Amino acid sequence: MYPARFDYQAPATLDEALDVLGERGEDVKVLAGGQSLIPLMKLRFAQPSMLVDINRIPGLDFIDASNGYLRIGALVRHNSVVTSDVVRRTNQTVAHAAPWVSDPIVRNLGTVCGSLAHADPQGDWASVMLACGAEVVARKKSGERVIPMTEFITDVFTTQLEPDELVTEVRVPKYAGPSGGTYLKLERKVGDYATVGVATHLTLDAAGRIVQAGIAMTAVGATNIKAVEAERALIGAEPTADAFTQAGRLAAQASEPQDDVRGSAAYKRHVVEVFVHRGLATAAELARAA
Amino acid sequence: MQISVTVNGAVHTNDVEPRVLLTDYLRRILGLTGTHMGCDTTSCGVCTVLLDGTPVKSCTVFAVQANGRSITTVEGLRQDGALSAVQRGFKQEHGLQCGFCTPAMMLVGTALLERNPDPSEDDVRWAISGNLCRCTGYMNIIKAIQWAANERRTAEGLPEQRTVSLDQPQEVTA
Amino acid sequence: MTTTAEPPSLSTPESIGGIGHSRRRVEDDRFVQGAGHYVDDIVLPGMLYMAILRAPMAHAKIVSIDTTEAAALPGVVAVVTGDLLAQHKLAWMPTLSGDTEAVLATDKVRFQGQEVAAVVAEDPYVAWDALDLIDVTYEQLTPVVTPQQALAPGAPLIRDDKEGQTDNRCYSWESGDKAATDAAFAQADVVVSLDTHYPRSHPSPLETCGCVADVNPATGQATIYMTSQAPHVHRTLFAIVAGLPEQNIRIVSPDIGGGFGNKVPIYPGYVVATAASLLIGRPVKWVETRTENLISTGFARDYHMHGELALTRDGKMLGLRVNMVSDNGAFMADAQPTKFRAGLFHIVTGSYDLPAAHVVTEGAYTNKAPGGVAYRCSFRVTEASYLIERLVQNAAYELGIDPAELRLRNFIKPEQFPYTSATGFVYDSGNYGVGLQKALDTVGYDELRNEQQRARADGRLIGIGIASFTEVVGAGNHKDFDIAGIKMFDSAELRVHPTGKAILKLGVKSQGQGHETTFAQIVANELGIPAGDITVQEGDTDNTPYGLGTYASRSTPVGGAATAVIARKLRDKAKLVAAHLLEAAPEDLDWEPGRFHVRGAPDRSVTIQDVAFAAYTNPPEGVEAGLEGVHYYDPPNMTYPFGSYVVVVEIDPQTGQWHVRRMVALDDCGVRINPMIVEGQIHGGLTEGYAMSSMQFITFDEDGNCIGSNFMDYLIPTAWETPRFELLETVTPSPHHPIGAKGIGESATVGSPAAYVNAVIDALAHLGVRNIDMPVTPARVWAALQAVSSGSGRG
Repeated sequence: MYPARFDYQAPATLDEALDVLGERGEDVKVLAGGQSLIPLMKLRFAQPSMLVDINRIPGLDFIDASNGYLRIGALVRHNSVVTSDVVRRTNQTVAHAAPWVSDPIVRNLGTVCGSLAHADPQGDWASVMLACGAEVVARKKSGERVIPMTEFITDVFTTQLEPDELVTEVRVPKYAGPSGGTYLKLERKVGDYATVGVATHLTLDAAGRIVQAGIAMTAVGATNIKAVEAERALIGAEPTADAFTQAGRLAAQASEPQDDVRGSAAYKRHVVEVFVHRGLATAAELARAA
Repeated sequence: MQISVTVNGAVHTNDVEPRVLLTDYLRRILGLTGTHMGCDTTSCGVCTVLLDGTPVKSCTVFAVQANGRSITTVEGLRQDGALSAVQRGFKQEHGLQCGFCTPAMMLVGTALLERNPDPSEDDVRWAISGNLCRCTGYMNIIKAIQWAANERRTAEGLPEQRTVSLDQPQEVTA
Repeated sequence: MTTTAEPPSLSTPESIGGIGHSRRRVEDDRFVQGAGHYVDDIVLPGMLYMAILRAPMAHAKIVSIDTTEAAALPGVVAVVTGDLLAQHKLAWMPTLSGDTEAVLATDKVRFQGQEVAAVVAEDPYVAWDALDLIDVTYEQLTPVVTPQQALAPGAPLIRDDKEGQTDNRCYSWESGDKAATDAAFAQADVVVSLDTHYPRSHPSPLETCGCVADVNPATGQATIYMTSQAPHVHRTLFAIVAGLPEQNIRIVSPDIGGGFGNKVPIYPGYVVATAASLLIGRPVKWVETRTENLISTGFARDYHMHGELALTRDGKMLGLRVNMVSDNGAFMADAQPTKFRAGLFHIVTGSYDLPAAHVVTEGAYTNKAPGGVAYRCSFRVTEASYLIERLVQNAAYELGIDPAELRLRNFIKPEQFPYTSATGFVYDSGNYGVGLQKALDTVGYDELRNEQQRARADGRLIGIGIASFTEVVGAGNHKDFDIAGIKMFDSAELRVHPTGKAILKLGVKSQGQGHETTFAQIVANELGIPAGDITVQEGDTDNTPYGLGTYASRSTPVGGAATAVIARKLRDKAKLVAAHLLEAAPEDLDWEPGRFHVRGAPDRSVTIQDVAFAAYTNPPEGVEAGLEGVHYYDPPNMTYPFGSYVVVVEIDPQTGQWHVRRMVALDDCGVRINPMIVEGQIHGGLTEGYAMSSMQFITFDEDGNCIGSNFMDYLIPTAWETPRFELLETVTPSPHHPIGAKGIGESATVGSPAAYVNAVIDALAHLGVRNIDMPVTPARVWAALQAVSSGSGRG
């Protein structure tokens, strides 16, 4: 019910924060929204020796689409994405996913980047970022690196991040050509983890054929799964119902769901098919309307 | 660690361990017991307070994070010595039974009305979907908040207006 | 003592606020200001904090417990184990069901989450630190998870603590007439059967259970502030269990953040906190976490039911057979009347004129938390109502008769009341057909059936579910009802002050039902004192009369009756005083709310306030001064609220998700004291029914690990999922209740689950689906569709 003891620092600048991570890296946790970390600490599943609270650091709460990317800074709260005109105009997969994350109160504090760094296998954002071909920007004292989302999460609750690194932003490329996307989530109630979640994103060429396809799935594998074969099968294809059905089948085959109280593996695979189809249909419709 | 937190307009300075939850700080250290504790998975929302005007679940915030910031609890809802429109709405519309979720519901309702002065039923349902109630079945809570919306508009002499809410998920069916 | 109903009292104007007014609640003033006074708000000088260590597995021997490190942690004042309690004969305690229950485990742990040890510390954070330092060595035993496993020959013995217990049978119980039922079945054209599991659920009020136990070493007074729905019974049990003299025990149940039956049992935590306070000499606070609440406190339901309904070809019901196994967990610890081991389940003939019924039930111990009777079940009426309404729905499909029509044909008719059921209940009053018809008309039933046909042609799945329930509440008459030997009367003590204000003290205890508002309305109705001039007190055993508490919807039927009776007795005395003041004979006086006047001379009158003042300043010769009294009411019978609920759903055939398009609820609880509050109770119950039918349950894996011990797994619907409800009413008073009221607290929880489930089944019935157990999750809907389309038999 109450966490174990820990030390706490609230640095005023990014450099200070990176200094602390550089020194105490192992067993130090970064506190942004805390909406995933603090519950684990209260149940004592996580017992970091120190928390580095980055909430006072200026310049990390940007949502910017002025160049080739939709950039979401480390302190952008889920609800800021929900209400962002910039996001809505730039990438609907991201825009549609935001209201599905947790509940409206948690969304006031929880952050997109924090969620990605936490790498909960039932987290929604990783699927969105995988489908959209995003990259994570991580900084340490000595410099910065860009990690493709496809390489970022390595295992359950585990990312490539080193103990002295901090995610400063996630960035989603802006695709040339009409794009559309969505996020569909089967949850039993607001705040539930997904039984199945599917992120889709399509870009069409001038002739209306698919030149970019992103499909990623939540809660049907050890971590979020990018349906690579399903995506490949769509490249060059017309966005037809048959193409979506085929993609759904391939995505379901790529999924590895478990039987649990939310449903059987067979059920979840079926919902993957349904959601991939519906998600692609919506993506295509939005792309054509763009 | 020494912290200074403004709660309902009054500045409090205390020495607290970093691990002390904000709910606990409010209830046990400041004696403001109107904020409640109801679960251990950040699910129920009875601990909701306003942090610089924004609803947060205080059980999932450490008191030290509130250092230098401003909190509103249910005890701070009264305005000029009188119950606020939201408080009166809950009484008028039977928006509470056991009262345990009520402080949280009223704070979330208050924050909603600040940004959406004329919420629809769906707007209210969505806004309070992070807060559980076991007694009322929610219908009268919604009526209470809408009653307050009407009171506030009447008091301010505002005409009826509808704000389109963009923050609800897009339902997509076949 | 029986009380026949008086003619209905005169109605009062709003200024008096008697029965029928939607008076705004007096409780609200403190709650909306955050000034509610719940157990965890209580702080006493020198108070310590207690945390409990719990068993991580379902069935294991305790080999050793080492508390040395924990006890040495700075800030820890004491560590309590079962062995320490055993020295004071407190390691085991009696339950409200006549069983025994471990307070802190000594020999074995028998369910995951069972209490093993407790730490008392200066600071709650330190208490939890110390829990991590207690070292317990367990030797795993084979867990017995299902009642079927428990009752199988050779199953591991769970209750080896009980002398003479050789198996995992908890109780056996039977009701009805086997021979008559067998004969009825022999005559039947059709027998419809259903196997269904009403899953384990949990009341889960938003305030968890807890107490502040303050045993004062100097005075020997024990004051226990606790989340209690039945403070007087708890006081008596504490006296027996802890050996403290009852006059030195004061139980104070302050504001309670929801009860729903969760706060009726005495939990080990209360006993350990009290023992700790006694041993240490300082107050000890124990408030459980949500996980503790869900994993260890009184769950609800978990009935495995096999039902058979016998009918003629044209739909006349002939007989009902039920065979049931109940899963009681490791101890039989819930509260139910001694005589009825399966509670009031035998109300299972429901709203129907069923001439023959036979119910056989078997209770099993399992390696799970104890409980069963809770969560607005009216003592198992939820289970019964669900079974009969599901059977009737399926019978309609079997016979090709419309489900509404089948019900209407078999309802007990108004002229049959009072109606004696095949299992011995005497229903007081009812008007079932009118109620169902009203609900059907409101929902537009005939047009919906047409729409359903059209929709089916398009591959859409629309369903209309009906449940027409009859409840039985208001326990209960001394002949049949007692809990732990204490008869189930209830009480009201009323005192009118010289200035005409009054105070009413009750034996019941609200947890959100608004008694401070509604019981004042009863008095206002009888005495004409404005409700706002009447204070209502509950929950403190030092200054309220003995009562059995609030659960099973009994407050209005029993406590409300006591209140009306004592108010009338005071009015009778007031008449004597009035006569004295008016210098007239009492029989020459007429009464209107708040005033006596001489018949034929309306200007010769005195108010009730005049009378109150005179009772202290000018009482008549031979009449005792004052205006007060107490009444203990023994209800002559139960009351039988009823209703009909109609739910319309649509199912997404691809995902199995369903949503409620409309929910129309017709309730008849007799006279409504405060219509606004009655509706609030119904809203809450309809939501609980929705929760159980769609998402909310506790289950276990094969090792007995509890799945559903936190709100991420135990799902309570939010405002976003919860449907909107349309409420209707009819009013059929109870002929034996002093104000004709029946009680409403649990009707909607009892009646609505079957309505929701029937709606989903109805949407799928044309495909051959006949059952989906609750919770009807999207995955289960899909599985049912798969089962029928693959031809692998009915769902």
